[in-house]
Amino acid sequence: MPLANHAASVPVVIDEEKCIADKGCRTCIEVCPLDVLAINEGSGKAYMKYDECWYCMPCEVDCPTGAVKVNIPYLLR
Amino acid sequence: MNASDIKSETIETDLLVIGGGTGGPMAAIKAKERNPNLRVILMEKANVKRSGAISMGMDGLNNAVVPGYATPEQYVKEITVANDGIVHQKAVMAYAEGSYPMIRDLDKMGVKFEKDGSGEFDVRKVHHMGSYVLPMPEGHNVKKILYRQLKRNQVAITNRYMATRLLKGPDGRIAGAIGVNTRTSEFLIIRAKAVILACGAAGRLGLPASGYLFGTYENATNCGDGYAMAFHAGAELANLECFQINPLIKDYNGPACAYVTGPFGGYTANNRGQRFIECDYWSGQMMLEFWRELQGGSGPVFLKLNHLAEETISEIETILHTNERPSRGRFHEKRGTDYRHRMIEMHISEIGFCAGHSASGVWVNERAETTVPGLYAVGDMASVPHSYMLGAFVYGGIAGTEACVYCAEHDLPSFDAEDVAREQVRVLAPTLRSDGLTPHEMEYKTRRLVNDYLQPPKITAKIEIGQQRLAEVRADLDQLIARDPHELMRALELQSILDCADLAAAASLYRTESRWGLYHLRVDYPETDNENWFCHSMHFKDQAGRIAHRKREIDPYIVPVDETEMSAYHQLRIKTPAAAE
Repeated sequence: MPLANHAASVPVVIDEEKCIADKGCRTCIEVCPLDVLAINEGSGKAYMKYDECWYCMPCEVDCPTGAVKVNIPYLLR
Repeated sequence: MNASDIKSETIETDLLVIGGGTGGPMAAIKAKERNPNLRVILMEKANVKRSGAISMGMDGLNNAVVPGYATPEQYVKEITVANDGIVHQKAVMAYAEGSYPMIRDLDKMGVKFEKDGSGEFDVRKVHHMGSYVLPMPEGHNVKKILYRQLKRNQVAITNRYMATRLLKGPDGRIAGAIGVNTRTSEFLIIRAKAVILACGAAGRLGLPASGYLFGTYENATNCGDGYAMAFHAGAELANLECFQINPLIKDYNGPACAYVTGPFGGYTANNRGQRFIECDYWSGQMMLEFWRELQGGSGPVFLKLNHLAEETISEIETILHTNERPSRGRFHEKRGTDYRHRMIEMHISEIGFCAGHSASGVWVNERAETTVPGLYAVGDMASVPHSYMLGAFVYGGIAGTEACVYCAEHDLPSFDAEDVAREQVRVLAPTLRSDGLTPHEMEYKTRRLVNDYLQPPKITAKIEIGQQRLAEVRADLDQLIARDPHELMRALELQSILDCADLAAAASLYRTESRWGLYHLRVDYPETDNENWFCHSMHFKDQAGRIAHRKREIDPYIVPVDETEMSAYHQLRIKTPAAAE
């Protein structure tokens, strides 16, 4: 069957000004239990790639520069 | 697919622990403490630093058996009564006796528990009969403390490898496991003398009311992999029809939480602000009263704290908003709900399997042994009832020690290369299709069917339709696609979820009585039938690969419980609702 692409708002927001993933930091990506964060190849910064969030917050709490904000997913809010 | 296209590495160890959350790390630590020369590998689907149910810590122990507050005998009696008698008491006793030594171990490792002025553990009462709740005001650092111990004991860790199937030797002993990397889809075959399963609950079984697949009560990584692997390896699973259903904050789907707020004077109330249950401890009977209140016109049900003093509420907030599920504060902020001003709406959770709060799981005895030689199971996925975090730690310790002894007495079994080849084909099949059905939509449909047909009250005709519909989903598996390694992980998880859904349906039909309050409320068999069903129900895979069942007698009690005590949890509804405070 042909596939459609669904768009969804994602709960984890990364402040690209503060994010130091382009300098090699992978903390948020490493600690995420659901492995939903990845590197944006264009900017070198972290971003939420998959909308599969348990809003558990290690990414935000462990980020060394305070660049990560976890929001409650819209469907739950 | 050519065998040469598959990237696969095979390594050897003595002990393989699958799951790096709570019980798994403790098993690895205790095995290494007992024999520092033992080769131990800890395999984890996520990253051990922040994986599992206690990713962000825990706000307290719900079942501490501390001298001066409770005895192991009292605890065994309480858990026997709370589970309508269907318990393997020796296994509960092994937990109860291991509870206090483990609390002291954790205290030494640096976990901070609430203590009174004289430095004694400050235990609170929440259960119906005894006192077992020990707060951990700084419980957010539990995972850090465990990680330090793993490093100190030189446990080898493989992060981002998901175990998919267990391997067995020609004599039926466990021989290792097959894992697949969740970021590269490369295989890691680990040969081992013994394997400890510590894969957590089946938390992605029902669909949360929000409809968000990952808005589950359990850490959504805990999707039931352990149950599926144990089942396919031929292990018996006990009492799966005793579902986990919890009273939670509506939509947020986190604990409300009676254990934290109860000792401070918080309670569960109906829409008039009245108490309707005597005891907020999570049991099937308590959930039945909760469900009746939701259905009966006095709902919704609320967590009531707005009668408490400001300093009490601040203290509760500090605990609830920094531990276990810290995004809770953020949820209330967006909703404009404040514990001070009004009651907080609660709801009933989706169904799942979890011995941490109910009483089902891969059968283990008091040595954490499953029915497969060399295979152990601990924590939420093992059958020791109401075990919570401390139960996972205690049984992790028991399994680690027992497996260490087993490894010394056994050599490394061989395994059939054909089994590995077959599994690699199964795992990679969704990657070979360019179009078809996504894991997301197949998971949604499976879990929606679980809600529609399997959640209590359980009706035979509905469950049978559910089985048909789930079989249709299973028939669609040959259209399942995975477009990258991450999606392949979800595709594999979906297959575990489907296995658990089939087990939930079959187990529910097998036990033709009602028991454990709401957890197994069979409308066609409304009475508890002790004559025929005072036994464990065991579910396993037969020679034809189907789900089969048998009854297992309950071992003679080591702590006797008399008739009047046995019904203590059956009288939870307050006879005349108490006036609003």
